[in-house]
Amino acid sequence: MIDLIIEKIEKMEKKHQKKETVRSSVVLKVYRANRRARESAHYDSIEVPVERWTTVLDALLYAKAYKDSSIGIRYSCRMASCGSCGMKINGIPRLACYTKVSELEGSTITVEPLTNFPHMRDLVTDFSQFFAHHRDVQPYIQNEEADIKDKAKLSEFMQTPEDLDKFLQFSYCIKCGLCYSACPTVATDTKFPGPQALSQAYRYFIDNRDAGGKERINIVDDRHGIWRCHFAGSCSSVCPKGVDPALGIQLLRGHLLGFSKNEKKVADLQERLKKD
Amino acid sequence: MAMLRESQIMKIHYITGIAALFVVAAHILMRLIMPYNLSLEYDNVIANYHNMPYVVLLESILVLIAIHGFNGLRIILLELRQSKAWEDGVTVLTIVAMMAVIAYGTRTIIVANGLGFE
Ligand code: SF4
Ligand code: FES
Repeated sequence: MIDLIIEKIEKMEKKHQKKETVRSSVVLKVYRANRRARESAHYDSIEVPVERWTTVLDALLYAKAYKDSSIGIRYSCRMASCGSCGMKINGIPRLACYTKVSELEGSTITVEPLTNFPHMRDLVTDFSQFFAHHRDVQPYIQNEEADIKDKAKLSEFMQTPEDLDKFLQFSYCIKCGLCYSACPTVATDTKFPGPQALSQAYRYFIDNRDAGGKERINIVDDRHGIWRCHFAGSCSSVCPKGVDPALGIQLLRGHLLGFSKNEKKVADLQERLKKD
Repeated sequence: MAMLRESQIMKIHYITGIAALFVVAAHILMRLIMPYNLSLEYDNVIANYHNMPYVVLLESILVLIAIHGFNGLRIILLELRQSKAWEDGVTVLTIVAMMAVIAYGTRTIIVANGLGFE
């Protein structure tokens, strides 16, 4: 059994290796613009040495450290957790820290700021509107029964693995904004909450600990809300965390159209306390 | 301004779209019960307008497609610009245009049928 698994892994690795291109250096074509300094948009080409494991973020940081310290980039964790290094890499929204140079074709890598976000400087964009949409859908558990201030009543809600499965994938969202950048509706309609906020609305709506479903539905059931999604699906194809925002949107629509039911069995805290 | 929730409007949008598919299919099939060019001859067209079930079919095509089409137009226009005045203007304009098209089409059906004019 173990041999079989090892064989499978080796096959997968070989398949993956074929896709990788080993190079000793690449040219980064970096989008540069600074509206405040009245610097017009242009591209700078910078050659950087790379290894098999070099990520686009590593290459950019090398360029910043040794070639041009004025390149504007935003990053933090370097491990696809914080969601701050989103940019367009060869035209596709990706996380720079999660994209290896060896996976990309060609010896020139074009890096540009995310579209659908107001531009600030070089590769840095303004996320205020994106976060405002996220906040608007009330992305937190609301439950009158859960009185967190009263220690005596404090307890935990019971959830079955099935209950968890309903929202688990959506809770992996790191708010990187790649889906928002890829969405064609966001490009024309700034009031549209976008795939991230809408899938989060579903994430909390379907969570059986939450009792704020009605209010959340009222927020997204708007002229510029959930109905303006046109099934492009580009959000799901760019998500680096395996979230399928398009699925969340369609599932929530099913509830709004009355095709699906959301039967909540909100756990009774008092009952739980008695049992314990 | 909003008399209906967006989900209610979209329910109407989907239902009218699906229903329109059926009535338009029935309409096309009725063109095929005789050679196509004959079906469009003046006498045959007028005869169709005197056939009550056919009149009901035509009127339903008119109403369903007008509702579905003008709501589709409203959605496209809403995405073009975002301001309360534009959104309310677009909503009023599409409702008025939809009613005008339905009224004019219904008038044509009534005139061709001869109802009230004989
Ligand atoms: S859904 Fe995916 S792409 Fe969108 S913000 Fe969350 S993690 Fe990023
Ligand atoms: S640096 Fe944190 S996700 Fe890339």
